[in-house]
Amino acid sequence: MIRDDDNELVVDGPTTFPVDRRDFLKLTSTGLLVLMAVDPAHGLQETARPQTGRQGAPTDVNAYLHIGADNRVTCFVGKVELGQGSMTSLAQLLAEEIDVPLTSVDIVMGDTDVCPWDMGTFGSLSIRSFGPILRDAGAEARAVLLLLASERLQVPIDKLVMKAGVISVAGDATKKVTYGQLTDGKRIERKLEQKATVKPVKAFTVVGSPAPRRDAIEKVTGSAKYAGDIVPPGGALHARILRPPAHGATMTSVDTSAAEKVPGVRVIKDGDMVAVLHEHRDEADMALALVKAQFTRNDPPVDNATIFDHLVKNAPKGQQAAAGGDVAGFAAGGAQMFEATYLDSYMAHAPMETHSAVAVVENGKVTVWAGTQTPFPVKNQIMGALRLPADKVRVITPFVGGGFGGKSASRQAVEAARLALLTGKPVRVVFGRDEEFFYDTFRPASVMKIKSAIDAAGVISLWDYQVYAAGERGAAHFYDIANHRTMVYGGWSGAGTAGYHPFAIGPWRAPGANTNAFGRESHIDVMAAKAGMDPVAFRLKNLKDPRMIRTLTAAAKTFGWTPKAAQSGRGVGVACGIDAGTYVTLMTEVAVDKATGHVQVKRVVCAQDQGVVVNREGSLQQVEGCITMGLGYTFSEEIRFKGGEVLDKNFDTYALPRFSWVPKIETVLIDAPDIAAAGCGEPAIVPMGAVVANAIYDAVGARVTQLPMTPARVKRAMGRG
Amino acid sequence: MRTVAFTLNGKPTRLTVDENRMLLWVLRDDLGLTGTKFGCGATLCGACTVLVNNEAVRSCATPMKTVDGKKILTIEGLAADGKLHPLQDAFIKQLAFQCGFCTPGMILGAYAFLLENPKPTRAQIVEHMDDHLCRCGAHVRIVSAVETAAAAMKGGAR
Repeated sequence: MIRDDDNELVVDGPTTFPVDRRDFLKLTSTGLLVLMAVDPAHGLQETARPQTGRQGAPTDVNAYLHIGADNRVTCFVGKVELGQGSMTSLAQLLAEEIDVPLTSVDIVMGDTDVCPWDMGTFGSLSIRSFGPILRDAGAEARAVLLLLASERLQVPIDKLVMKAGVISVAGDATKKVTYGQLTDGKRIERKLEQKATVKPVKAFTVVGSPAPRRDAIEKVTGSAKYAGDIVPPGGALHARILRPPAHGATMTSVDTSAAEKVPGVRVIKDGDMVAVLHEHRDEADMALALVKAQFTRNDPPVDNATIFDHLVKNAPKGQQAAAGGDVAGFAAGGAQMFEATYLDSYMAHAPMETHSAVAVVENGKVTVWAGTQTPFPVKNQIMGALRLPADKVRVITPFVGGGFGGKSASRQAVEAARLALLTGKPVRVVFGRDEEFFYDTFRPASVMKIKSAIDAAGVISLWDYQVYAAGERGAAHFYDIANHRTMVYGGWSGAGTAGYHPFAIGPWRAPGANTNAFGRESHIDVMAAKAGMDPVAFRLKNLKDPRMIRTLTAAAKTFGWTPKAAQSGRGVGVACGIDAGTYVTLMTEVAVDKATGHVQVKRVVCAQDQGVVVNREGSLQQVEGCITMGLGYTFSEEIRFKGGEVLDKNFDTYALPRFSWVPKIETVLIDAPDIAAAGCGEPAIVPMGAVVANAIYDAVGARVTQLPMTPARVKRAMGRG
Repeated sequence: MRTVAFTLNGKPTRLTVDENRMLLWVLRDDLGLTGTKFGCGATLCGACTVLVNNEAVRSCATPMKTVDGKKILTIEGLAADGKLHPLQDAFIKQLAFQCGFCTPGMILGAYAFLLENPKPTRAQIVEHMDDHLCRCGAHVRIVSAVETAAAAMKGGAR
């Protein structure tokens, strides 16, 4: 079950899109299409205007796969490859269900003309949510193939054996037919009497086995194409667009005369857009620098220091995310009471590939190659912005150079399409790093206020949690607490909170959950320390959830955790989280330089229960990526701003994690074959801030309550700031 | 405008260009070699790293006038005779990439380093690679891949 909060779509346009089946049929007409259970209502539907509401995934299996006469299986998915490896793991799922070797499966991703509708690639949903849909499609195709083979070979289905794309008669391997032969030359429409069943996990041979990444050779040889690398016939003009100095600023005058004199430059002024175009990027840059423009600023009276008061004072109406017992009437009695506030800062996604797109107009149809997490919603945005019907816009997603939630919004694709229409030439828009920071949909700054109590035995008796601006994901605790309440004011999507933030905010890898885990797990440790209890023992005492207990004990075993109350001086810490259906416990050991406040993470152990593991190496990569990326929000990443002006413009002031920061990482994937595959791309990043905060406290007795935990904040917490 | 002549991935190349233009954009826009990536435009990330006379440079800040008469190696030229370089091989085997956008710069940065120091310690690799950014967090695997490649190269560049 996917909660709404897992949906990381940035809603800045209509999100529906009619599945256009005509082009799909055209594309596959040379091979064979196994047609089953076609719903005519979905069949050839096409409208010029996006509908309201959200389009679901197609129910017709033909949308997901195609079996060629050459016995190759092509898998069509609306997901995109951002580096998370789903190009490989999704192909594994289909190969498994349809009983072909993984090497016989080709995969086409994120192309709105040929792939089935998809909301976007986010929320660790590719495997846990889309995976079952793809498996169902594979199972259905497999059942139809058996039916066809039974007719062809004149043998009952239960006497047939399926292996590696060949169906043969049990006991007589000479009687056989390949999938390609069955589907050869004709379109076959077949409807199953009953829903096909997917394979049980214990029958898996492809899923769960090592599989080489399909993008590997291209990525190490430089031939992998990202959106900005696409060269249409005749080339494309680089477009550089004039940007305001601050969010909320409006242009009052512009003088492009100097830029127009640069040889080969074309200047476009269209409404609020001023762009210079040139065949060479660097010459377009020079021309843009010659454009003189005046803006009227309209900055909100906030900056990165005062934002927290603003977020609390101007909070939208709260939503109760969880509650139990009696919080309002809680009588302290002999309980120890705790009250604390935790802060998180605005953070950037900072993918290495800036937002990029190339747009071409041909016969009135716009094709846009875009680095995006949401090709279908982007198609809708282009249709809306340029008033084009669905059959006149195609979005193709090549390899994406990292997203982390930041490429759910993709204004560069709309800009490239708009400029291609205006100029009649292919246009390339590749954001500069300053534009990437300026237009990022930041992880929101936020405030958590927590009141709690423990009784004499170390049992948590009260948990009153209020979170401002981070959102609901990961806000509710998972401890066994008699009296509790979780109130959520505003969310990371920014929906319905115009003016609350000085710029756009949006989903940042496990949106909200990192922030909420920082507050919750820091505060749990504050109580454990006060109770004089070991933080692992304290958690176990207050937990009933067996999956969480299992990750906690597995982490402790691998880490070699020896119980001791903080501050022990060892610099060890623990923190837990649940995200994307996955349970995770992190343990760490840090060294704190008391003179400088610099913290070095020496070791991190991650124990993760993500249900069935589809691709073990891929999962390990994701966990390592989470822990490494998490070092950034833990120690250095924070957007500095004044009003609507984003002061961080490049990596000189906005510091990303580096090689020298990275600890030894050990990952335990808990064997859970009885639990459906859950998300893997996000959970392990969730407790990173908290686990380090707890280890810093254990090392030096200083409780840092604001992310990122810069050396200055660590020193301040030690009373030396 | 002037004529700049250099060897590009082993091939003699001659171009008439504005000598102040940066190598990164000449490679990408004029020569169609898009394996060299734009990441920051300010020598801060390493995605545009290429070799000029066997030294790693940030091509986003390397004017064309400085490469005249020199030997340039980009990621497209590393695999020789259709055979992957041991570094490329090790990056694949160790799964030392995710989105892959920093990978060409990482591999070439490591290649230049191994030319200088064919038998580095792990700590030396970390120190040398520290000014290359990767956002996906492939760092531990990249270090292992460079170690593996160094061992496979047995002290030689190829």
